[in-house]
Parts: sequence; C-alpha cells; structure tokens
Amino acid sequence: MGDGPPSLWEWIARNWDTGRAGSIRDLLSDHLLMSLVPIVAGLALALPLGLACIRWRWLYQPTAAVFNVLYALPSLPLFMLLISVTGLSPVTVIIPLIFYAMAVLIPAVVDGIRAVPEHVRQSAVAMGFTPLRRLVQVELPIAAPVVIAGLRVVAVSSISLVSVGALIGQGGLGMLFTRAYQNPFLPPVVVGIGLIVLLALVADGLLVLAQRLLTPWERARRAT
Amino acid sequence: MITFDAVTKRYPDGTVAVDRLGLEARTGEITVLVGPSGCGKTTSLRMINRMIDPSEGRILLDGAPVDTVDPPVLRRGIGYVIQQAGLFPHRKVVDNVATVPYLLGWNRKRARGRAMELLERVGLDPAMGERYPFQLSGGQQQRVGVARALAADPPVLLMDEPFSAVDPVVRTNLQDELIRLQAELNKTIVFVTHDIDEAIKLGDRVAVLRVGGKLAQVADPKTLLTEPADDFVREFLGRDRGIRRLQFVSTGGLRLRTDLTVREGADGRGDEPWLLALTAEGRAAGWLARGRPGELGPAGTFRHGRDSMRAALDAALLSPSGHAVAVDEQDKVVGVATRQALDEALTEAVHG
Repeated sequence: MGDGPPSLWEWIARNWDTGRAGSIRDLLSDHLLMSLVPIVAGLALALPLGLACIRWRWLYQPTAAVFNVLYALPSLPLFMLLISVTGLSPVTVIIPLIFYAMAVLIPAVVDGIRAVPEHVRQSAVAMGFTPLRRLVQVELPIAAPVVIAGLRVVAVSSISLVSVGALIGQGGLGMLFTRAYQNPFLPPVVVGIGLIVLLALVADGLLVLAQRLLTPWERARRAT
Repeated sequence: MITFDAVTKRYPDGTVAVDRLGLEARTGEITVLVGPSGCGKTTSLRMINRMIDPSEGRILLDGAPVDTVDPPVLRRGIGYVIQQAGLFPHRKVVDNVATVPYLLGWNRKRARGRAMELLERVGLDPAMGERYPFQLSGGQQQRVGVARALAADPPVLLMDEPFSAVDPVVRTNLQDELIRLQAELNKTIVFVTHDIDEAIKLGDRVAVLRVGGKLAQVADPKTLLTEPADDFVREFLGRDRGIRRLQFVSTGGLRLRTDLTVREGADGRGDEPWLLALTAEGRAAGWLARGRPGELGPAGTFRHGRDSMRAALDAALLSPSGHAVAVDEQDKVVGVATRQALDEALTEAVHG
C-alpha cells in the first residue's frame, strides 16, 4: 500500500471501466454471457434428449456414454480442436461447456422423470391428461428437484470453467489470471477469483430460490 | 351400462389376458370383477377407459363403442380410483380433487369449490384441502382418491383394488362409506378386487374370472354363494361359504322372547338359567346366571331386522348364555333370540 504498485482498491477503480476492451466490467459481462449460455442451452438440449431417452430406453446408455466421454475430455484440447471450426471466439468456449452441462443434465432429467411413481403416472393417464399436459403439469414438476440439483452443479462448474478459455484469449474474468501470470501482480488475481466465486454464489442462490418457489411441497415435506 | 362384447386381449408374446369376455355392468349398480391374480380383471377394467385397447371385440358405453372417443376425452368422463390412490404429490389435496375439473377447463374458483364439497362428501375435513397428500394417512388418501374420481360427476366409476393397501379396520370403513355414497349417487361402478369377501359385500353383481381371463360366473352375491357354477367358483368362494350365505338371510323373521329380561340390580327369579339385565334406558347390561347375582356376562347384540343372521349367530356365540340379544336402532333391547329360535331360523335358511 502507499507507494509503488497501486493498492487493490485503486487498481479496481482504475480498471473497472476503462472504456477499452478488457476492463473489469467488460470481462465480467463476457464471463456472465459465456457461462449463462451453456447453462440455458444445456438445459434446453438435455430436456428433449432426456425425454427421448425415456421414450426409447435403448437410447439412454449410448447417449450417456457419449456425453461421459465428452465430459472426460479436458477442456483445453477441446478448445484447440474447435478453434479450427469456430475460431478464437466465445463460441469456442461455449460449445464444450454446453456438452459438460448436458453430461450432467441428461441423467438428471432421466432420473428425475423416472422417479415419478408409476401409480401417479397411471392415474394422470386415467384422469384424462394428454401426454404433453402430463409432462408439463405432472412429470416435470415432480422431477424438478432432481433437475435443479443438476443445474446447480452445472451453474457453478460453468462459471468456474469459463476462465480456462483465457488460454485461447476468451476467458472472461479468467483473462485477469493470464494477465497476472505475464506480469506478476496480485490484484487482478484476487479480483478474478473474488468475482468468479461471487458469480457462482449468486447463481447458486438464485437456483435455490427458484427451487423453493417451484416446489413448495418439498418444503412442506421437510417440515414434517 | 357398460357392455363387454366378446372382448379378447392378447399380448404380442401370445399371452391371453382376457378371453372372449361377455359381460354387462348395469347402470347404477356395483359390478365387481373378482378372481386370482392373472385372471385379467385389471386388464378388463383398463379396457373400459382405453388405458389398454382390446385385441378383439368391443366395449360399449351406453351403446356407443369406446374406441370412437379420443382417449383423454373419454377418460375425463370416467372416474378412476387405484390402489395407492395415485395422488399427485406436488399438488395440494384440494387441487388433486379438482384435477378433472381443471382438465375440463373449469375456472379455479369453481373447481376448488367443487373439490371442497367433495372432500366433505367423502367424510374429510375440508381444511385438509390445503395439505399435501403425504401429510395424510393411507385411508385419508384413499378417500381423496375417491373424491377426485367423483369431482366432475362422471356417471361411471372404475375402481382398481382401491382398498387393498389399507389396514382391515380402515378398509371396512371405506367399504361402508362406498356403500353409503353409492346409495346417494347411483353411479355405474366397476370394482376390481381379489378379495371375495369384499366382492360379496359391495357387489350388486359379482363376476368371477379365472386365470387366463375367462368368465367363470356372473351373479348376484347370494346366488353366487348358493349356486356356484363350478368347482373353480366353489373353491374360490372358500370354506365358509355356508356361514357367509347367512349374510343374506334377514333376522326380521327371527322369533324373539321378551320374558327373559330383568331390570339391572333386581334379582333373577324363576327357572331360567340366564336372564338379561337391562339398564334404566332399556339397553343390555349383561347376562345374569341363575344363582350368581351381581355377576354380569357380556351380551352380544344384533340389530333386529337390519343385521343378517350371520351377525345374530355371531352375537349368540359371544354371549355366555348362547342367546343373541336383539336391539333397535337406539340400542334398546327388543327381545332375545334363543338358541332354539336361531336353530329354527337356520333350518329354514337351509331349506328355504
């Protein structure tokens, strides 16, 4: 503090909004976008795929195998592979993250919906639900806690993994780490870690809140 | 009326679940399908609301083939109750009951109002409407299941072993409640059970099915017990067929003696070995043995004219005197059926 290198707060104030690319604010919004898109797209793709895996049972094992292999691949080589297709753009980071999200969410959707008791499903059919209505009003609500649990894992890991993209120049807040690596200087690292953890906590909190609002019966069950 | 017209259900592997079933479930009656597991009773039931489609033959609902109606539309007009109630765990009880009204597009207020009405009708506190199903006992859940099936006032009710998963006391209550409800509602009910006692208690007509989905006999319960069509039916009805038949013999004709009672506290005199002590209200206090004043033995009672001979015989067996005490609706003693009187009535039941 004092003389020499600027303090943490001075550094933040100076770099928050420089009007040039690479300001903390820009990195934060890049990071948010690059982690949010995989979460939403992952869910949007995992839902129909999961449902297909329930409808055609034989589909589940191969699908799960493929996504598990994708999940096992380290992100960096995947980024490298994709650069030839999508170039040095955020999409190169987003695509592998969508795969990771799907690897977690497809089993969550399948397990969640399979956990709907058979007598509940049968009675929905017997009451005169159409298949779509049964899915939306009975099966998905009952599966919601399992799916949301999956989403919480996906949200936190996506937010954390975006920073690896810094190695190909697309890492959101992760860019602060490479910068600090090139020029040993602590404040960017602290800010990067702090903001990433903060983002993860906020995302997780929002999902917990969503679960509470979407599944009030679960809370009643815990209370008894 | 529901008509099974030579209905067969054959599965791709060749198993025949239902074999050329011809059966009518009359309007306003309870028709019970009973039989051992594998007799196709549930399959038959599910073909009515098209949860299963028959391989051959037709099912008619008031003369119209059910396969001409879109399944969801058909099902909204047919109440359905299953074994574990099948309530939606994520919906409050009131919304569970209002399920079919919601599907029919009623507004929320009207559907919930109707649901509350039905909760009361099946003997539940409407305050339970705000709970979730898991907060209810098994018996209460089953009542909610019945209320849900009745919500849109369907003329037809299908019940698939609805009372099998609850304990015997609750089961008896639920059965009595169904009989009471049916007296008010006059639905056309098809009821599936593997329990022959339940079938005989509830059914206006009972269809006995044998393994392989063949109809063995269809008759009213009394005829079934007196004239079983074949050995299979006889065996399925079980050993106590004779005793159970007494359920259908009225106690109305039983000869009663009114000279065997004495006021409680008074001494029993005369030659009778047993006298019935009465309370000031005229209810049975207990049996007095000659020579042992002040010692009261338990008195088994039956409602005269309303209970069956089976109940009267049971009452006699519970009394040390061996006599059954006949009481009216207010539990006041109207007389005593002696062993001799019971014997006469039994003789008549056997020959008549």
